[in-house]
Amino acid sequence: MPEKIIEIKHLSKLFGKIRAVDDTSFDVYKSDVFGFLGPNGAGKSTTIRAMLSLITPTSGEIKLFGKELRTNRSFILSQIGCIVEKPDFYTYLSAEKNLEIFARISGSTVTRSRIHEMIEFVGLKGREKDKVGSFSHGMKHRLGIAQALLHDPELIILDEPTTGLDPKGIIDIRNLILQLKNERNKTIVLSSHILSEIELIANRMVILNKGKSVAQGSVAELLNQQLLVVTFQVDQLGKAIQLINQKFPGITAGLSGNDMLELSITHEIIPKINRFLLENAINVFGIEAKRKLEDYFLKLIGN
Amino acid sequence: MFWKSTYNEFIKIAAKPRSYIGLGAITLLVAIILFAMRMDGQSYLSFITGSFEQTISFHGNVLNGNLMAFIVLQLLIIHIPLLIALVTGDLVSGEAASGSIRMLCTKPVSRTQLLLSKFVAGSVYTLIILVWFGVMALGFGKLLFGTGDLMVLNSQGLFILKDGDVMWRFFSGLSVSYLALVTIATLSITLSCFTDNSIGPIVTTMAIIILFTIIGTLDVSVFEPIKPFLFTTHMAAWRSFFEDPLPLLSIYRSIVVLVVHILALLAIALYKFNKKDILS
Repeated sequence: MPEKIIEIKHLSKLFGKIRAVDDTSFDVYKSDVFGFLGPNGAGKSTTIRAMLSLITPTSGEIKLFGKELRTNRSFILSQIGCIVEKPDFYTYLSAEKNLEIFARISGSTVTRSRIHEMIEFVGLKGREKDKVGSFSHGMKHRLGIAQALLHDPELIILDEPTTGLDPKGIIDIRNLILQLKNERNKTIVLSSHILSEIELIANRMVILNKGKSVAQGSVAELLNQQLLVVTFQVDQLGKAIQLINQKFPGITAGLSGNDMLELSITHEIIPKINRFLLENAINVFGIEAKRKLEDYFLKLIGN
Repeated sequence: MFWKSTYNEFIKIAAKPRSYIGLGAITLLVAIILFAMRMDGQSYLSFITGSFEQTISFHGNVLNGNLMAFIVLQLLIIHIPLLIALVTGDLVSGEAASGSIRMLCTKPVSRTQLLLSKFVAGSVYTLIILVWFGVMALGFGKLLFGTGDLMVLNSQGLFILKDGDVMWRFFSGLSVSYLALVTIATLSITLSCFTDNSIGPIVTTMAIIILFTIIGTLDVSVFEPIKPFLFTTHMAAWRSFFEDPLPLLSIYRSIVVLVVHILALLAIALYKFNKKDILS
């Protein structure tokens, strides 16, 4: 079993009468890219803020690196690099000066060359002397990632890292996260309300709704339990629909938008259907499977 | 880590344009006062000494640099708190408003250290403002008006203090003023911990100073018991150093009241900042 980096047990946080996080528990293991999924207001940011000691939980236990956060705050925070919501820098200082400020209190010795290495890593070389006030949203995000990585932390927490970015910015950040995972073997916690983003990057996830954890585990396992929308490109469409509806009473065969055979089936049924079509002299030219991630998500959050 | 964090605070204060408003305003105001005195100082002096002119005659350089510094101090020491609060009232709430407080509080520096860093940096900024004020008032005053004995008029009468007996009084007076200004800096930092809005603590600090000053000057018996405990009462304690003999008990009392205010406000600020949920 890999080492547990984060252990959250029965975490709750009340703001007045509002229960922002309600008895949530989950674990994050070393080298995970852990997705934190949920609609707006689900409690993702509150949970992340509690993990970073920005807010005090009403009840529950938070352990990071096997240590209690409340009593080992400094040690734990020295092992974490993070962006909470959006990176807010000192706009009247240059990118380099901002990084120097955060490097100084990062708990590690961060050299000037390391600062420049990080600036280069996030693609801001040549802009380091410019004031952050002149940076675009995407550039601030990149600088935020540089800030989070300055002291080479074990754990990286990114709260909604792609919010407000253009498509290129989203792809850049996604590639950066994958690079951190693959090349630097970091443990990454990533929150998002964008399902496809989590599916593309994370290997494990928790889904929060109204402050509660409604599903958690391996992304592949969670999603493989769900029905897929599978389209078959066949030569005898009418015959195929008729035969499948007769042979497989639990499955409804229909026409897709572009005149192909469309079925909602589980992953394991695909070869069975393919074999059946071929045995009945129906030629199959192509098969495409899509997860109904939105349906799964909506089913979980009860909407 | 505390000193690294304090160094960060110095860098931030030094980089903010608003930090220079105080220095600029002091330079301008002192220059205006010195210019006015240079042009029409004699009539100002006659206005002050008018009631004595029939019984006492004044000889020598009465309108000298020492008197200028005293007049400047008297006129401006009440206004410097605004210049201080402009910077110190923004130290916590400004970061909350901009969101940078989130990044600071996720670093391995305790919140106590973070706030004390801001307090130290704010106190050093206050010192710089006061030193600049002293340099402008005393230095430029002496440069433009020369030196001489200091004539001071207060509630007990007219005092003539020898030129050689004046400098230590200015230094001591400015030192007590420093305590008063640090009290104001601490008040604005404390208020800054209660809000995520950068203007609120600055305005509230000024409102408190105005309110306490009005209470202090109102001759109403119901306020008499609280007057000695208001920090604004002791903001004028610097003047006690220009009395002869020195009212030591009154000076000590002022120092104690101001120090107690600083410590109490700092304790409130630390409690609030440590308990605060960072939601910005």
